[in-house]
Amino acid sequence: MFTTKTFIKKTRIGHFLKHVREHYIRDDISCGFKSCEKCQPVESFLSPDHHNKCSLFNYNHYIILDTNVILDQLDVLEEAPIGNVIILHTVLTEVKHRSLPIYKKLFTLIENPSKHYYIFTNDHHKDTYIEQLDGELVNDYNDRCIRKACSWYMEHLPNEKFILLTEDADNRNIANEEGITACSIFPYVKHMNDNAVLEDKLSRKEIYLDKDAKDLFPPHLNNVELLTGIKEGTLYQGTFRASRDNFLEGYVSVEALEDQVLVQGRAGLNRAVDGDVVVVELFDKSDWISPSEIILEDEGGVEDVKDIEQKEKELKETATKKKGEIKPTGKVVGIIRRKWRQYCGILQGGLEGVYQLFVPADRSIPKIRIETRQAEFLKTQKLIVTIDSWPRYSRYPHGHFVRALGKIGDQTTENEVILLEHDVPHSQFSEEVLSCLPKLPWIITDDDVQKRVDLRDLDICSVDPPGCTDIDDALHCREVGDHLEVGVHIADVSHFIRPGTALDLEAQSRGTTVYLVNNRIDMVPDLLSSNLCSLRGGEERFAFSCIWEIDKNANILNTRFHKSIIKSKVAMTYEEAQMTIDDKSKNDNIAKSLRYLNMLAKILKKRRLENGALVLASPEVKIMMDSETMEPLDIEVKKMFQTMSMVEEFMLLANISVAEKILQDFPECACLRRHPVPPSSNFDPLIKAGRHLGLEIKIDSGKDLAKSLDDAVKPDNPYLNTMLRILATRCMLQAVYFASGTLQKEDYFHYGLAVPLYTHFTSPIRRYADIIVHRLLAVSCGADATYAVLLDKSKTNEICQNLNYRNRMAQYAGRASIAFNTHLFFKGKLQDEQGYILYVRKNALQVLIPRYGLESTLYLARKGESSNIFEYNEEDQTQRAKDVVLHAFDPVKVRLSLNSDNIQHEKFVLQLVSPFIEGFSVPPIEEMDTSCEPTNDSGKKRKSTGDEKKNKNKKSPKNKN
Amino acid sequence: MSKKELLSKIGLRLDGRRAHELRRIRCKLGVFTEPDGSAYMEQGLTKVLAAVYGPHQVRGSKSKAHHDNCLINCQFSMAVFSTTDRKKRPRGDRKSTELSMHLQQALESVIKTELYPWSQIDVYVEVLHADGGIYPTCVNAATLALIDAGIPIKEYVCACTASLANNDVPMVDISHQEEVMGGPTLTIAALPMSGKIVLMEMSQRFHLDHLDKVMNKALQGCKDIRQILDAAVRLHVRDIGSATGWALTSYNE
Repeated sequence: MFTTKTFIKKTRIGHFLKHVREHYIRDDISCGFKSCEKCQPVESFLSPDHHNKCSLFNYNHYIILDTNVILDQLDVLEEAPIGNVIILHTVLTEVKHRSLPIYKKLFTLIENPSKHYYIFTNDHHKDTYIEQLDGELVNDYNDRCIRKACSWYMEHLPNEKFILLTEDADNRNIANEEGITACSIFPYVKHMNDNAVLEDKLSRKEIYLDKDAKDLFPPHLNNVELLTGIKEGTLYQGTFRASRDNFLEGYVSVEALEDQVLVQGRAGLNRAVDGDVVVVELFDKSDWISPSEIILEDEGGVEDVKDIEQKEKELKETATKKKGEIKPTGKVVGIIRRKWRQYCGILQGGLEGVYQLFVPADRSIPKIRIETRQAEFLKTQKLIVTIDSWPRYSRYPHGHFVRALGKIGDQTTENEVILLEHDVPHSQFSEEVLSCLPKLPWIITDDDVQKRVDLRDLDICSVDPPGCTDIDDALHCREVGDHLEVGVHIADVSHFIRPGTALDLEAQSRGTTVYLVNNRIDMVPDLLSSNLCSLRGGEERFAFSCIWEIDKNANILNTRFHKSIIKSKVAMTYEEAQMTIDDKSKNDNIAKSLRYLNMLAKILKKRRLENGALVLASPEVKIMMDSETMEPLDIEVKKMFQTMSMVEEFMLLANISVAEKILQDFPECACLRRHPVPPSSNFDPLIKAGRHLGLEIKIDSGKDLAKSLDDAVKPDNPYLNTMLRILATRCMLQAVYFASGTLQKEDYFHYGLAVPLYTHFTSPIRRYADIIVHRLLAVSCGADATYAVLLDKSKTNEICQNLNYRNRMAQYAGRASIAFNTHLFFKGKLQDEQGYILYVRKNALQVLIPRYGLESTLYLARKGESSNIFEYNEEDQTQRAKDVVLHAFDPVKVRLSLNSDNIQHEKFVLQLVSPFIEGFSVPPIEEMDTSCEPTNDSGKKRKSTGDEKKNKNKKSPKNKN
Repeated sequence: MSKKELLSKIGLRLDGRRAHELRRIRCKLGVFTEPDGSAYMEQGLTKVLAAVYGPHQVRGSKSKAHHDNCLINCQFSMAVFSTTDRKKRPRGDRKSTELSMHLQQALESVIKTELYPWSQIDVYVEVLHADGGIYPTCVNAATLALIDAGIPIKEYVCACTASLANNDVPMVDISHQEEVMGGPTLTIAALPMSGKIVLMEMSQRFHLDHLDKVMNKALQGCKDIRQILDAAVRLHVRDIGSATGWALTSYNE
């Protein structure tokens, strides 16, 4: 069956331990060719029908790849013309070792039958295994293994041709000497038929533009120097985060240091890209500076160096050494690991030739220089580009084009960009997933009825926002003796999604439903989300019920959980429910139960707030869409109803009850949700802001904070309280899911809600965490059986990590979608709006416009210049212009327009209307002549806003009319 | 996803075995002359020596002796050089006491103890090289040593480990590398011919869904090991026999 030759491999790590491992050499590994008679047949995608067409070799051939080709050129390999590729196991392990994301991508390629890939396990094959020589480097050994496998294939199948693609010139030469046809991928792709697209996708490591181009960046230290530096404590390793506002500034979060390390300037950043794991060297304390407060944008061309030098100068001039705000400062001296990914963006216009500049949508990423032959076409498109390298002499990183997404400005393209940028899986559900769905018509069998509690007679109703199709919760309340019986009924999604099925895995990877303004990316297929699981009015549905007996003072007497069948009497909107409660003439069961629920909810809420739960605020808006043109019609702030908080209270109650139950039964692997207490330094901006207003904000505990926020009211500024709450929200950390066994009990605490235990149970249609919780609870109440993964705490934690990531991304994607539609709405509009100053900065005011939930910057001076009208007072955080003083939280009137100069980053331009400041403010719109109605020509408008900045001492020409 | 997959997509384990394959087994009976029976056993890189003394009179306090069966005394120890980090291993520490007891339990199930009342059998096992699956190798070595000592046993007692690869596929005979990286490991000592399990131990909990298939895998491993042991014993007996001359006669016939 197997040959048992034992070989010894030695590895030395750390303390020089000698590891000895077995290595079995086999005689049953197949070459993967169907036509081969010497080998046992195996499943293989290699196909004689596929032909690699390359004019360098005028015969059909199979490709054997070297590791370096896979690591750098995966985008080319993904293209259809290249197929029949043999991946050696040596190469596969090396790829895995070097980069896990590329390894994963490679595997999707290998598993795709139409690509015709085959893995040949050369290191366990009796004829291709070779021993590593004494003193031979791993790289050389691997190269030798690859060549050995190539020559074996040539010998084994004399009728077929094999070509080794490698970027290593030495390897190529030796291979050629040994009679193996070896070739670099560049000439290979250049000579392929229809190579235009392929060539763009080639990643270029070395471009010799200008032989004597001078080096723009200091060199990185080599790995050995970095590692010894870290070990000795002279250097620090951390993650680099670029500033979004200033392209010459960034931070490195180092675990060993309390503060983030500030890095500034070209040399300071030294080619670090957002997310990279870098090594920094700290300057002497005397050279430490505080972060600049100006906003700098990269405006350079392809090889323009002057621009950056000038900007650097600007930055240096503004560099301050304020006491108290001085941050540890340093410079990046080396990069441990690049976190380069694919970036969405557009080409920067106005450049000729094959070299183009790509501007990523993410502002923390630098522009990328790419080479393309289809620039004219690509200029109209949103595209995806990836970074290949960043040599010292180059102002920008070098990258290559991956694919185009669609026309710029198109709604579908923009949605696609939002989804891609936030890594939201949004492809259609696969056949395999759909096959897991129940067949229609779906009927309730007697068996189902027996297993569940029949609650079809109860007067259950659901209350949701208007237009909601995925109703996952319904409520009821009735009198039982002196007490009340309250039931929360949640859609029984786990009945339909069985563990381990394709449907389950897909939902698990998606993690959550993503809501965009005009689109919803479902976590589970539509049939479940808006039909079988949705608790629609008048239809019989499966539910998971949580039923309490509560006295009239809202004390819980007992709790029970069971699966049930319900028939919701009516699906209401918040508004309808509110009307039913308020309408005294209505006295049916539904109205009664709603009134009871409302009453209980008020008591519950009061009690919760007394316990120190926080009421936070964030400006949330709803965009009204035109159903036909899909254009935004209006933006309104979400309306609040009492019934919303009523539903919320009971959902919280259900979640808390369930959390207690599952933790009790599964102390190790319950999926819970916690909200960590934010570090006190997070509250600095809030405390500072409060102090300027003469308010003391206590942050010692959630209760203190809640109380100080409640007390922070000023009669002359009714919106002040809300703004403080918005600031407080920004001090918070994200709430996260976790497996109970991985943390100490004290850490389970939910800070925002001020409860010791919390989980998510009430929205299984749109959140995967709820499905896990449902399954656990089902086991607890004997309705279902466990399965292995459910009880595995590390696995649960792994799932939780993914859910946390997906949730965060979904949230960002939702916001991005709202922002995009807000922009669309304001295109060509000019409006005066009431706003409030949120922060005062050195050269700008951050203004919040509650009506649109919009936050934007009002520049007081041109970028980089200090204003000659305003005087900035850092101590009080004010800007003074003669007798007008602007404080944080002051109400202001601003004119709002959209600047579309940069098509990717359309920006709101704010101009001050009131308080009126001579030489800066603009008069209100009503006073303006109608002839300059902005809607007639947006191009003109843009120009005029530009002019205004330049002539800020004069009145803008428009206003003279 | 776990960082390293124990079973690659092509179905090979890290050392090149398939899921159902045992490591290479080499064994030899009668390696020492001083003890009554001895054996050397190698499963992959795990190497164990076993020596059997007895049956003999009960040593030490006579009160330990049983009137109806014999006392089986097992001693397990590991050489200082048996693992990658060189460590002094005192005899009688927790781990070796536990292993000694488990070994005793497995052997008591097969030795016909009732034949030797008032007496004692000593079994010493020494691990020379540990590379996963120490206990099974010890059991297998002890079995061979008992046979070499000529102590009557009911049948072979064999032991084997099994675990899950990628949380799904059961695999047999776990190496140290797999032990460290993988999930729970199941150890079984069984009487392969009658299919009885005499000892079963899990390093962590298995889910009920998986337990069955892992157990079957381990049992199958025990059966495979028995065949190898059996062949080794027959070879040994033939060698001894030919030395004494009676095998020769059978050749001539």
